Amino acid sequence: MKLSFSAEDELFRKEVAAWLNDNLVGEFTQLKFRGGPGDEHMFPEERKAWEQKLAEGGWTCVGWPKEYGGRGCSIEQQVIFNEEYARCGAPGHVGHIGEGLAGPTIIAFGTEEQKQKYLPGIVAGKELWCQGYSEPGAGSDLANVKTKARFDEEKGKWIINGQKVWTSLAHESDYVFVIARTDPDSVAHKGLGFFLMKMDQPGIEVRGIEQITGTSEFNEVFFDDAECEADDIVGAPGEGWKVAMGLLGFERGVSTLGQQMQFQNELNQVIDIAKENGAYQDPTIRQRIAKAHTELKIMRYNSMRMLSGQGGGDGSLQKEALIYKLFWATWHRSMGELAMDVMGPESEILDGGPYELSRLQSMYLFVRSDTIYGGTNEIQRNIIAERGLGMPKEPRVAAK
Amino acid sequence: MDFTFTEEQQMIRDTAESFLTEVSTSEAIRAVMVTDTGYDTDLWTRICTDMYWQAIHIPEDFGGMGLGYVELVAMLEQMGRFLLCSPFFSTVCLGSNALIVAGTEEQKAEYLSQICEGATATLGYTGPSAGQRSGQWGAETIEATAKRDGDNFVLNGTIRYVMDGATSQILVLAARAEGTSGEEGVSLFVLPADTAGVEATWLPTMDQTRKQGEVVLTNASVPASALMGEEGQAWPQLAKIIDLATVASAAEQMGGSQQLLDLTVEYTKERVQFGRPIAGFQAIKHKAADMMTSVEVARSGVYYAACVAQEALEGGEMESELPEAASIAKSYCSDTYFKNAGNSIQMHGGVGFTWEYDPHLYFKRAKSSEHFLGNGAYHRERLAVLLLDGE
Ligand SMILES: Cc1cc2nc3c(=O)[nH]c(=O)nc-3n(C[C@H](O)[C@H](O)[C@H](O)COP(=O)(O)OP(=O)(O)OC[C@H]3O[C@@H](n4cnc5c(N)ncnc54)[C@H](O)[C@@H]3O)c2cc1C
Repeated sequence: MKLSFSAEDELFRKEVAAWLNDNLVGEFTQLKFRGGPGDEHMFPEERKAWEQKLAEGGWTCVGWPKEYGGRGCSIEQQVIFNEEYARCGAPGHVGHIGEGLAGPTIIAFGTEEQKQKYLPGIVAGKELWCQGYSEPGAGSDLANVKTKARFDEEKGKWIINGQKVWTSLAHESDYVFVIARTDPDSVAHKGLGFFLMKMDQPGIEVRGIEQITGTSEFNEVFFDDAECEADDIVGAPGEGWKVAMGLLGFERGVSTLGQQMQFQNELNQVIDIAKENGAYQDPTIRQRIAKAHTELKIMRYNSMRMLSGQGGGDGSLQKEALIYKLFWATWHRSMGELAMDVMGPESEILDGGPYELSRLQSMYLFVRSDTIYGGTNEIQRNIIAERGLGMPKEPRVAAK
Repeated sequence: MDFTFTEEQQMIRDTAESFLTEVSTSEAIRAVMVTDTGYDTDLWTRICTDMYWQAIHIPEDFGGMGLGYVELVAMLEQMGRFLLCSPFFSTVCLGSNALIVAGTEEQKAEYLSQICEGATATLGYTGPSAGQRSGQWGAETIEATAKRDGDNFVLNGTIRYVMDGATSQILVLAARAEGTSGEEGVSLFVLPADTAGVEATWLPTMDQTRKQGEVVLTNASVPASALMGEEGQAWPQLAKIIDLATVASAAEQMGGSQQLLDLTVEYTKERVQFGRPIAGFQAIKHKAADMMTSVEVARSGVYYAACVAQEALEGGEMESELPEAASIAKSYCSDTYFKNAGNSIQMHGGVGFTWEYDPHLYFKRAKSSEHFLGNGAYHRERLAVLLLDGE
């Protein structure tokens, strides 16, 4: 065990910090600490411009292999990049679904042609993606998707019909990846396909959903004879579940460390408020702040363990990775409560009417979703018990 | 950065696991825990001669193995897991640590060599006031006094909550100059337990797997050579010794928390109600998932603290992080251990409440280890001071 980074990696850290320091200036200054979870609807155009600035410097997709336009960074370097990125308050990546989910999936499962077609747009920070998984009848029970894909021989295309819901950033996105049923008679995991589709087409309609914060980051997406090119199915028809599950593995990677730096920024803000308004003298608040600090630190150590253990394994999640989503989501939810409790009655007062939330107020409301999306806490516990502890699987009522 | 065990560390861990599986069975624990010494001297001899564990992080110059804190923590995790009843913790994590951090070269040569040969040792510093306000473990709890008397020091007072206090052969004791308070005037002494004027008695405890004693000093006269470091200046060293022991205690707690998870999950897979193993009920699965989550996170905290402790022993860059890392590990592990122990009893149903099944052994160790060197709230308050009370 060794905690320090190599001299070479420390040089890399300086390089990252220097680049960010030189470039996160001028028009981009307003983006500092913006665009994170709960704030994703803010400054989309400006954040896109920032993404392209990053791309010019070669700072998008740093963990991707060089042959696909990435920087080929080691795990350590990705950790460093993410830490420095968050430390200086650089804005939430508007392209994170492409960089973190769509891209890695295409790299792992896509054809050469798909790689050529889609990866450069992601690396350049020009093309944004959204994730079309959930449906009204398929939330936790994702395998219950009803959206259908039928191959039209005449058009030589896949025709998609159905509805997705909770699709984050669909209104800003150029592409969507969709799981849909290629075999209309199939049930559950079988008979699904994984499709890459253009958003800008007559068969797709996006309607925003107003959320708890009064803003809209997610949407309903309707597919009415929407078209998907024959070559844009990833994996074979019927293999969509495998691809979709592979993707979930990419959701817990090195970006977690950047996320933690963001959490640290929030905790620091709360500590400053506590010191200023005297809440720091309250013994229960002291305990809760210390607990938040303890668990955030440990979260970092856990990620370091998770990342050190990678490579070599059979790709199955190690124990420390399996528990990660449940741990951070629960932590962040309590963080929201702590922030409001430290602020006291002042936490009720908005920045302005009609419903202008401050960053912490918005965080407090948004964190209620952390324990829901990407697998609810209850689903995480099922997974941990079943995969981590070998306890019996949930009984499934046979389909009619 | 590499946050995994090296091959050698893994081997040490595995060896500890297989040895303890063999010697620290439920029957073995139960046989020794009802005695007032609390350990099997034959087993201790085996540990000290066949395994040489007591010498693990003692420098080679004094006959030790010269390994680091990560190796020690890897073993402690297993000892906590198997509730090993032995003077290992007191001797190594209190006695040796104290000598390594604060001992003079002569004291190290004399006492560390004795420990390598199987002598037992412990540290005592807390007076009865440590029991107040739900447990205090800082400098203000040092109540025994030390007074110069020619070439000697005369020690007086009562030291309580001393782990293996009644059985240890070597005592490291803290005492203060009369009229001083807090971190001032603290001195450390190392002396044989049979020094005249030293009376050590066994205090029966709810957790029978770990023995405590009370050391009463009545005009105990020790030579100046017993003084460790500078007279009246020992608090910084003692604080470091306490932090090192705190990390060690957290490692044991984490091991115990893991064992509770394992034995409980195993039981729930076997116990059938309503026609199926209770492990299939979601209320049970979710409790188990929470237990595993806490254990894994606790493990990350302990391994980190172990690396910091190693740096602290080497005088490395991260030494200043030791108090924080220790408090993080101890507060998280204390809470995890107790919660897992409580859940374990609940998930066992009626048998979890019996003397025959093991959960109560862990339930009791969880609470005793929680109090020892400060519970979760105590350590969180230490962190709060760091976080909130600066300018
Ligand atoms: C902010 C936000 C952004 C999102 N972004 C996207 C996106 O971009 N793309 C996308 O595809 N989806 C997205 N989602 C959808 C998200 O993945 C689903 O909301 C989630 O999977 C839960 O599904 P559900 O909402 O249908 O809840 P349900 O599945 O109906 O769950 C309701 C409750 O029942 C519990 N429950 C369900 N099944 C079980 C079980 N087997 N055992 C125990 N308890 C159970 C749940 O834990 C929950 O508490 C987003 C959601 C949110 C809140």
